[in-house]
Amino acid sequence: MYVPGNNPGLLKDAHIYGADALMFDLEDSVSLQEKDTARFLVFNALLSIDYEGTETVVRVNSLETPYGRDDFEAIVRAKPDTIRLPKTEEAEEVKEADLLIGEIEGKAGIELGTIKLMAALESARGIVNAYDIATASPRLVALALGAEDFVADIKTSRSSEGCELLFARSQVLIAARAARLFALDTVFSDLKDQAAFAREVEYIKQLGFDGKSVLHPRQVETVHRIYTPTRTEIEQARRIITAMQEAEQKGAGVISLDQQMIDKPIVERAQRVLALAEATGMNKEDGGR
Amino acid sequence: MELKKTGMAGTLESSDILVVIEPKNSEGIDILLESVVIKQFGDQIRKIISNTLRELGINQVIVRANDKGALDCVIKARVQAAVSRATGSKECFWRVVES
Repeated sequence: MYVPGNNPGLLKDAHIYGADALMFDLEDSVSLQEKDTARFLVFNALLSIDYEGTETVVRVNSLETPYGRDDFEAIVRAKPDTIRLPKTEEAEEVKEADLLIGEIEGKAGIELGTIKLMAALESARGIVNAYDIATASPRLVALALGAEDFVADIKTSRSSEGCELLFARSQVLIAARAARLFALDTVFSDLKDQAAFAREVEYIKQLGFDGKSVLHPRQVETVHRIYTPTRTEIEQARRIITAMQEAEQKGAGVISLDQQMIDKPIVERAQRVLALAEATGMNKEDGGR
Repeated sequence: MELKKTGMAGTLESSDILVVIEPKNSEGIDILLESVVIKQFGDQIRKIISNTLRELGINQVIVRANDKGALDCVIKARVQAAVSRATGSKECFWRVVES
């Protein structure tokens, strides 16, 4: 969930809404005149507020702007889990950020490699270079799509169907999967239209995304609800894993369940369902909530 | 660190504090504080402002602060930002903060 970096009222209790990660923004939501004050604010908030285990991400300004380097100098020392690079277009930008973070980690006595990176692709060039970007640094944990800038760059606008984003979404997803990174979808800006938001979350989940950026606390529950496996899915996943374990014990080469053959992709999908169930607190003996 | 000019940071929004820092000719930290919670937290706010300034080596200064219920870390951030603006200091600032 995005949290504007220069709003003390939002910084202090952003974690109470249940988002999996908080993304403190020093970039587009902060005016040019307040770039410095937002940097101090996020720096001190990260050092002193207990976000109770919620993952922390900071979207810094690009190193091509006059603010980027100062953002890195401050934010690396405040040790968020991840730094998000905006408007990434080339693998070189990721490598440059990686080197700079390493340099600051060294100066500040932070173990090398502590701070992870997420690259946001928000332009046609970024999308074309997705796989090169995804493999540019061992710090990278995720690729994200930034749709608003992207649609402007390809000379269109966002529609409710999202056809204009299909290629970019697919490219981000495939590049992320090929590089073994998480894939995160863009925000949905119409906060009033919860039904359309839910449809979009269903759609990007089906495409294969691991999650979605949200702008408002009221969007968090919808994403969680759609990503939480149902009891039936969890039960079926448990049966598949049990069948696999039994087959392994017997030394059977072929696994079958309900007279259907269970192969590796089915087992992997079952493992993913159980991992999601674990993450959402559903994986309990009583079937969760 | 030397204050070269007046520095201001923060707003009068709820949960924030507006801090104005001016250089002073004589030794000492003078704090003129207004706060919506001055009876409960006035001493604490003054202490955070003084400690933050001392950490940065600022000992000759007048601080005017208008607090709207800011957290300790927000007060610290606004004082640091006002000092940064008054000194023009950048990269070295983070190392001072770190130590």
